[in-house]
This record gives sequence, structure tokens and C-alpha cells, in this order.
Amino acid sequence: MATMVQAIRMALHVGEERLGVTDVFGEDVGPPLGGVFTATQGLKTAWNTPLDERGIVGTAIGLALAGQRPVAEIQFCDYAFNTIDLLKLAGNTYWCSDGQWNLPMVVMTPVGSGIHGSIYHSHSFDSTATRIPGWKIVMPSTPRDAYGLLLSAIRDPNPVMYLAPKALLRTKGTPGEEIPGEPDEKTLSRMIDAPLGDRSKWVPEWPKTEDFFIRIGEAKTVRAGRDVTCVTWGRMVAICASAANDLAAEGVEVEVIDLRSLWPYDWERLAESIRRTNRVLFVNEDTEVTNFGEHLLRRTVEELFYELYAPPKLLAGANVPGIGLADSLERASVPQKAGIVEAMRELARHRP
Amino acid sequence: MSTSFTQPAKGETSGVDFKVAPELLLKMHDLMLRSRLLEERLIRMQKQGDGYFWIGGPGEEAFNVALGLLVDKGEGLDHDYLHLHYRSSGTLMAMGADPVDALRQMKSVASDPYSGGRNFAGHYSVKAWNVVPVTSPIEVQYTMAPGTALAQKRHGGRGITIVQGGDAGSAEGDFASCLIWSSRPGMELPILIVVTNNAWGISTAAGTQHGEKNVSDRAKPFGIRTMVIDGNDVEASYLGLKEAIEYVRTERKPFAVEARVSRLYGHSSSSGANFVAEEPDCLHRLEARLEQKGLLTRHQMDEMRARITQHLLEASKRVREEAPPPGEAIWNHVFAPVPGDEASAIRDARGPLGAAATANGGH
Repeated sequence: MATMVQAIRMALHVGEERLGVTDVFGEDVGPPLGGVFTATQGLKTAWNTPLDERGIVGTAIGLALAGQRPVAEIQFCDYAFNTIDLLKLAGNTYWCSDGQWNLPMVVMTPVGSGIHGSIYHSHSFDSTATRIPGWKIVMPSTPRDAYGLLLSAIRDPNPVMYLAPKALLRTKGTPGEEIPGEPDEKTLSRMIDAPLGDRSKWVPEWPKTEDFFIRIGEAKTVRAGRDVTCVTWGRMVAICASAANDLAAEGVEVEVIDLRSLWPYDWERLAESIRRTNRVLFVNEDTEVTNFGEHLLRRTVEELFYELYAPPKLLAGANVPGIGLADSLERASVPQKAGIVEAMRELARHRP
Repeated sequence: MSTSFTQPAKGETSGVDFKVAPELLLKMHDLMLRSRLLEERLIRMQKQGDGYFWIGGPGEEAFNVALGLLVDKGEGLDHDYLHLHYRSSGTLMAMGADPVDALRQMKSVASDPYSGGRNFAGHYSVKAWNVVPVTSPIEVQYTMAPGTALAQKRHGGRGITIVQGGDAGSAEGDFASCLIWSSRPGMELPILIVVTNNAWGISTAAGTQHGEKNVSDRAKPFGIRTMVIDGNDVEASYLGLKEAIEYVRTERKPFAVEARVSRLYGHSSSSGANFVAEEPDCLHRLEARLEQKGLLTRHQMDEMRARITQHLLEASKRVREEAPPPGEAIWNHVFAPVPGDEASAIRDARGPLGAAATANGGH
């Protein structure tokens, strides 16, 4: 099974070969490194930029204005904050020009905690991204979704923010979740992972993976359940699914939905599930104040109030300025499995 | 490397031969006059309540008209991309824009071809001419321009990117980004980096904030050729720009041009938009010269002025009657439709909020 970072690499290759990608660029994105997480190794259009995030986003906008199809990387989302007015500009160019200039561009950036990344390699960007209209925002939680969402992001004629949970980049898919056309693990690694040491003469051998698109705006039910709906995305998906599996031993069946796209998002699927379970928990690791989960919760209250048997709940990151490096600090800053289990249990047991 | 044009003292024009053909000079005078009168009509409209805000380029006409005439106008990589600023009416007029469209943008009517009533006056956007949307942030264009220039570098040909901002905006890091990205070794970009230096940032004098002698000097350490032009001298502007643009077109390398210009009606309507008599007026200077050299009489120029003024006045009255965009139009052009799914544009814009939930309770 491919890892998420291999999935991203293969999707970018398909983008170059078949979807018109002209540039994959950012800091350390080109040879020799091919990205600090190896997401861009071996790609023919990958190139290195100055250490200048504003220049990266601005150049992506310019390339898109000139009819190119760029994929730009911000090395860590923590370094995207100084580009916010350029992200705003990318999001408003089509609208401000009354439909003259659309920008087919992707900005991808690793997000979230889970690798002991301290204050500037652990932050989330999902809630911030949803404050920038004009962007589509996706966040995969599996290699297969990472592949399918990236192909859709590349094909989209609008700016798409591709948030990659950095703690999941090395995780593999589960059987039945293969990327169509991917070879076995060892073969894939031999084909597309750059060798250690001198790689100046190395060229990848790309597997013939298929054009497999996951529609932006479509959530996925990861685990069915009748008692509680849990809506989550990114790194929290597997943790919530694991929490739900634990609770099954107590006879509580939690339905876990991976939102996958934050804008546009799949309200129909969420609403259908909440109407069935009458209880809902939102989980994500961004800081909790003006968190995107709050929007979903507000919407739930406004539209589904009389369907609810328990107060809807949000579990999110502590509203503190950073994720501390010590394991104890990181664990206290972002939702953990035990807390998720507890929140699910409370919701299930709550009697109106 | 640097070419400096001596700034002549005010009114020092007698006895000097024309540096450009008289026909070109007359053409530039006509365009400068039209641009000035357009700005004055826009100011009037705003003051009379036919617009919410004015910002524009009176005082930059000599330089901007010359620039507009030197542009290779068209759509796509074979033509020039323009990342202009909100004082660029002269450039647009020289390229052949209809001044009535600028009035439409001032009045925020649906027929405003630049922004559909969404943006301030002077915020041009013309896809067919590679004029990318002008933004209110005064520096961001310096980060976008390397993108179009990079595409042109790879494409080859003679198309270039022209990016223009002011001296105040050059303090932002985006100006440094432009210098760095334009001069990466082996990947120098065909980009004309323009700073129109009017020596002001709203109320703040540049001299109180900038220690550099010329803004364009900051390009020198990057190996970028530079030039300082008297932007109030239309002939110097035309000849200087011609040389710089030809260099960029043929060498496929960056060139930084700084033009010393005036700001004749202040920063914007927020500072009153009243005529500033203390700064040199490029149009006045040119007209004095044309009259002195016998190319046009004062009477002829007065007639021109009266005719254009009347035309714009009548046009502004017609524009006043044009329809504003409907409120529902806010949902248009948030997203371009995904190929094969035209309905996706509105669906993705309104998204999961659906038809009923809008900020004001729905329409």
C-alpha cells in the first residue's frame, strides 16, 4: 500500500502528465531534496524557490493568470500566515474582475500536530482557510483520498487549498483502499522513492495509476453507526474511528464521517446522519475559538435543533498560542483519543 | 548601467528641439488631455454623489501614456502582461480603453466592464489586453508579476511583463520579492519593474521614511539595469521607456525604471481631491511647449479641452441612469464552473448554505 506522501507524488505526476500541471514549486521542492517530506521527488516540473512564501503564492497567482497550472507548496502551514492577503487576493481575483480571471492553482501545505513539531511545525490552517472565500479547501485522511482529491484540486479551475496532515504522510492505506493501479509496496518504493545519497542520476519509474477523481465537496462515511454522529477531518479521522471501535464494546455505535472537503462541504451527508443519530460530535485539532467546527455546530443548531437529543459538542485544540514541544504539552493542546471516547460516551448516554 | 535623464527646471523648454516626432507628441498630448479630463470628471462625479470614492493618476499622465503606447497589447503569452496600479488611467487610455467605462466603474453600475460594480474607480481589469486586476493593496502586484514573466520566459518571443507601483508601496517586502524572483541566476525574467515615485504615501513625505536616493537603486545589487526618468517630461518618458522595454523584450531580463511624477489631486477623495498647484504639471508643461513651438495654439487646445469635457459630462449623465448590479449578483463569479458541470459555479459559491441562508436572510 502506498503511503500518503507517495500518493501525493503519484498524483502530482499524473497532474504533470495528463492534467496540464506546469509547475510544482516551493522551498526545497525541486531536486535534490524533492520536498522536506519527499512529496515532490522525481517530478519533472518541480523547482526550488527563494525562501519567500509571499513570492511563492504571488508567483502561483501570476502563473495562473498567464494560463499555466501551478501547484505551489508552503513548506509548513505555520509559514503561510504571512501570505494571507495574497491568499485573499487569489480567492477574490475571479470575483473582483467579475468573472474575467479565474485562477487554476493549488497551494498545498502540511498541517497539524503529531510529529513533535513544536510551535512552528504543528499548527493547523483549516479554520483560517475557511475564512478566505473563493478557495476550495480539501484535507485527505488516507492515501487514496490524498490521490483522488489532489487530482480534483489540480483539475479545478479555481484556487484549491490542499491541506496534508503531516502526521499521516508516512501512513499507509488499508486493504481495499488502494489507489487504482498502484503496484505492491516494495515495487512502488523501488520505482518512485529517491535513493539516499547521490541521486543526481536517479530517475523515477512511474506506475500507471489511473485518473481517479474524488469530487471536491463530498464527505465519506468511515464507519456506520446508529447512536452518535462524529464529524471530523484530517489526522483526527483515524483517531475518532478508533475511539468509535472501542466504544462498540460498550454497545455504543458511533458513525464517523470524514468531511474531506471543508469548502464546499457535504452538508447533506452530515444532516442525514445527524437526523438519524440525533447526537453529534465535531472533532478537529485547530484552535477552538472561531473554529470551523463551530460553524458546523451553529448550522446544526439552526437547522436541526428539534432533531437533537443532546447538546451538540465540539472537541478542538486548546486556544493557546502554540503547540508546546513536550509530549505532555502537545497532548494537552489537541484532542486525544481518551477525550474523544469520553465525549462520544457522554453524548450517547445523554437523556433529553 | 544606469541612465539618468536630467530633470529640466520648470518651464525650461524654449530652444530645445523635439526628441520625438511631432505627430507622436500631438498624439500623446491628446491622450494625456483625455486622461486628465477623465480623472477630473471622475473627481467631479464623486463630489456630486455619483460615486463613493475616487483614486487615480492625475500627474502621472506623461509617463503612463507613454507606457501605454509602448505596450504590445493583446491576450496571452505573446503579448505584454500588465500589473498596474490605481493611478494608471493614462496607460489604459493610451491602450484604447473607452473612458466611459471608467465612469461606469465610478458609478458602480452593472455595465462596469472591469469589476461589475464591485471595485473602486481606477481598478482596471481587461482580460483581452492582459491587464490583470488592479488591487487596492499597493504592493501585491510585485509578487504576482514574476509569475506571468516566468511563463513568458519559458514561452519565448517578445512578450514581457510590466509591473508598476509607487514609492510608498516599495517599502513592502513584495518589492524585494520582485527583485529577487526576477533575477534568479539563469532564470532572469523579462520584466519591466516600474516605480512611479510621487514622493508621497497619503500624507507622509517619502523623504521622511526612505533613505535611499532612488528607489530603483535597490535593483542594482541584483544586476538589474536601472533608469530614473523625469515622469513629467513626456518625451523623456517615452524615450526612456522605449529603451528599457526594448531591452527587456530582446534580452529577456529585468529592468527597473523609476519615474519622478506629481500627484496633482492628492492621494484620493479621502484627502479632498483638490488641485495641487505646487507640483509640476506634465500636461501644462507639454502644452506650453507645443504652443511655443507652434504645434498647437492655445485656442486649439482650449477647444479640445472643451470638447472632451463636454463629451465626458454627457456620458456621465447617461451612466448615471444605468442600472446597478442586483444584490443577487454577489454569488456570481465566486468560482469558475468545473469543466462539464456549469451548475457547479453557483452551487460551490452558495455551497452548503443553500438558497435560503444568506447574510441578510436571503433574497
